[in-house]
Amino acid sequence: MSRRLDVLTGVHFVQGDIACAEGAIAAGCRFFAGYPITPSSEIAQHMAVRLPQVGGIYLQMEDEIASIAAVIGASWAGLKAMTATSGPGFSLMQENIGYAYMTETPCVIVDVMRGGPSTGQPTKPGQQDVMQAKWGSHGDYEVIALSPASVQEMFDLTIEAFNLSETYRCPVILLADEVIGHLREKLIIPEAEEIEVVERRRPEDLEGYKPFQPGEDLVPPMARLGEGFRLYITGLTHDEAGRPRASSPEAQGRLVRRLCDKIRLNRHRIVKFEEHYLEDAEIVVIAYGLPYRSALPAVEEARRRGIRAGIYRPITLWPQAEERLREIGERAHRVIVLEMNYGQMLREYQRWIDPDRIVFSPSFGEAIPTPEGVLGLIKRCMR
Amino acid sequence: MTHPLDRYLRPGMIPHIWCPGCGNGIILNAFLRAVDELGLDQDEIVVVSGIGCMGRVSGYVNMDGFHTTHGRAIPVAIGIKTARPELKVVVISGDGDLFAIGGNHFLHAARRNVDLLVICANNFNYGMTGGQMGPTTPSKAYTTTTPYGNIEHPLNLVYLAASLGAVYIARWCVTHPLQLKESIKRGLTKRGFSFIEVVTPCVTEYGRRNRMGEPREFMRRLREICVIRRGVDPSEAVIEADRIICGEFRDVDKPEFTQLLWNMIREVSEKASRGEIEVAL
Ligand SMILES: Cc1ncc(C[n+]2csc(CCOP(=O)(O)OP(=O)(O)O)c2C)c(N)n1
Ligand code: SF4
Ligand SMILES: [Mg+2]
Repeated sequence: MSRRLDVLTGVHFVQGDIACAEGAIAAGCRFFAGYPITPSSEIAQHMAVRLPQVGGIYLQMEDEIASIAAVIGASWAGLKAMTATSGPGFSLMQENIGYAYMTETPCVIVDVMRGGPSTGQPTKPGQQDVMQAKWGSHGDYEVIALSPASVQEMFDLTIEAFNLSETYRCPVILLADEVIGHLREKLIIPEAEEIEVVERRRPEDLEGYKPFQPGEDLVPPMARLGEGFRLYITGLTHDEAGRPRASSPEAQGRLVRRLCDKIRLNRHRIVKFEEHYLEDAEIVVIAYGLPYRSALPAVEEARRRGIRAGIYRPITLWPQAEERLREIGERAHRVIVLEMNYGQMLREYQRWIDPDRIVFSPSFGEAIPTPEGVLGLIKRCMR
Repeated sequence: MTHPLDRYLRPGMIPHIWCPGCGNGIILNAFLRAVDELGLDQDEIVVVSGIGCMGRVSGYVNMDGFHTTHGRAIPVAIGIKTARPELKVVVISGDGDLFAIGGNHFLHAARRNVDLLVICANNFNYGMTGGQMGPTTPSKAYTTTTPYGNIEHPLNLVYLAASLGAVYIARWCVTHPLQLKESIKRGLTKRGFSFIEVVTPCVTEYGRRNRMGEPREFMRRLREICVIRRGVDPSEAVIEADRIICGEFRDVDKPEFTQLLWNMIREVSEKASRGEIEVAL
């Protein structure tokens, strides 16, 4: 049997950014367009090496606006497509990200977050684009965003991002951070047959096909360009056939509701989280991405010392398990929220959990929380 | 009643939004005739446009049509063309869309020599948003945002395209429908980055503010000032208030991006599968 070039099965020791690129290729990504930016450039560089090997296209564009635009074009041409960037580039992409939601274009956008606003701290970690991922483009839309906390998850969640994007016909955002992107640790790439890869649903035949006519799951099957469907893809409000309906309130309501509802109503299928020691926890730490890695050992140490601490980690940052978070909030005396920003997801948790019970601990730049620091916080909450 | 070009017009999209007397319809007509005369399969053409009056054209053609965000037609077209080199990808859009907000993309697509035909409807202003000044508005012209006369210098799109290395360059006026059609045919068959500028009257916005008269009068004036010349160097392709040189300015060959890209991909992937290059982490 000849070796698969797209799934490099084995145990490796690599950077998070490389794991992300390999995850994309394993998921079937055959088009990457990007513009270099720290701390995501290694993804582009690795794609430039690897994509041609598997018959895929790597393009370096003139900016991030062009990158996401090319990704959208390639997706409609039938390829699984991705771009990778960091805060400043993510900001530039926002208009076309909204266009991709509006036109229901599957694609994956990786944002390896750094410090902001503006140029901020390019080589230091941050979780500063969490709200931008949700609200960055104008208009009502629901997003799917995933938060990896290890090199292994840079691989696994990139595959998951492609699968969700193909399933729900929408962009999916991978929100990593500089440390996870640059960290080197063990990566296990399974056998190709063990990797679940989802392909977009295609129309069964030409006759009567409407590119924006949803199925029961609210997701329309997607045709490719150049197959005789004579598609019209527009960012204007459109009907099921794709024809502009720029004045009708009914058309606006119908489209916006469906674009949001296809994510909202399928939330139970999309949401992912992980939790430990929550059964009897009085103090619950909520952390995602890098801070989770410090929080988990802190909670374990607290348990050894007889403190009833637990931990909750959202893996999908958008959407989240609202109901579960409400339950946690009702039972815990104190909820510690850790973020590498000055309070973004915090605002969401304040809607679901009594704000008086929340202790917020922001961190800035390289001053990431240590396990000792988190343990200190837990102990202070005991008093 | 049917028209011989009806099969090229997307059902349910006519009437179009263009004003009576607007030149955009002539450009669409020339494009459809060119496609028809070449006998191209309309299912192998993708028309990509940005936002603006001319940008609506992708909805009117009965082909795959992509109405992108403002200024981004070219990079979307590059995504399509590189992914599916067998498709003919045509960008048709306005002067503001292609050269103000989208200018950077034009620059790099021409530099790379991507196999696209780009047709720019140059009506000297932003028609759709109410006749504001744009990068091709002539000096001294009146627009809604140059109420005291334009103090900026306009771009010469032909000269610009030439400096960027476009392989086919032409300029016509909508008063030259036959030459325009023939030129579009050349652009459609040419391999590489082809650029056609079409001077066209925006009667409602530009024409009114600059006393161009009613549509017929505006057309008559354009016919007077748009003169066809052969063998003119792009640097001499003047575009001024009283004289616009039209014609073909360049038709040369050079290696095309999509082909180079796929040659590289084929070579690397074959070597990789034969084990001639190391595939490892
Ligand atoms: C990002 C963004 N900025 C501004 C606009 C508003 N806008 C729509 S069309 C247009 C100008 C169009 O001018 P041109 O490309 O010359 O096309 P014309 O209408 O003249 O054919 C502008 C500024 C927009 N749609 N998007
Ligand atoms: S505003 Fe000008 S460019 Fe737009 S349709 Fe009317 S005449 Fe044509
Ligand atoms: Mg214009």
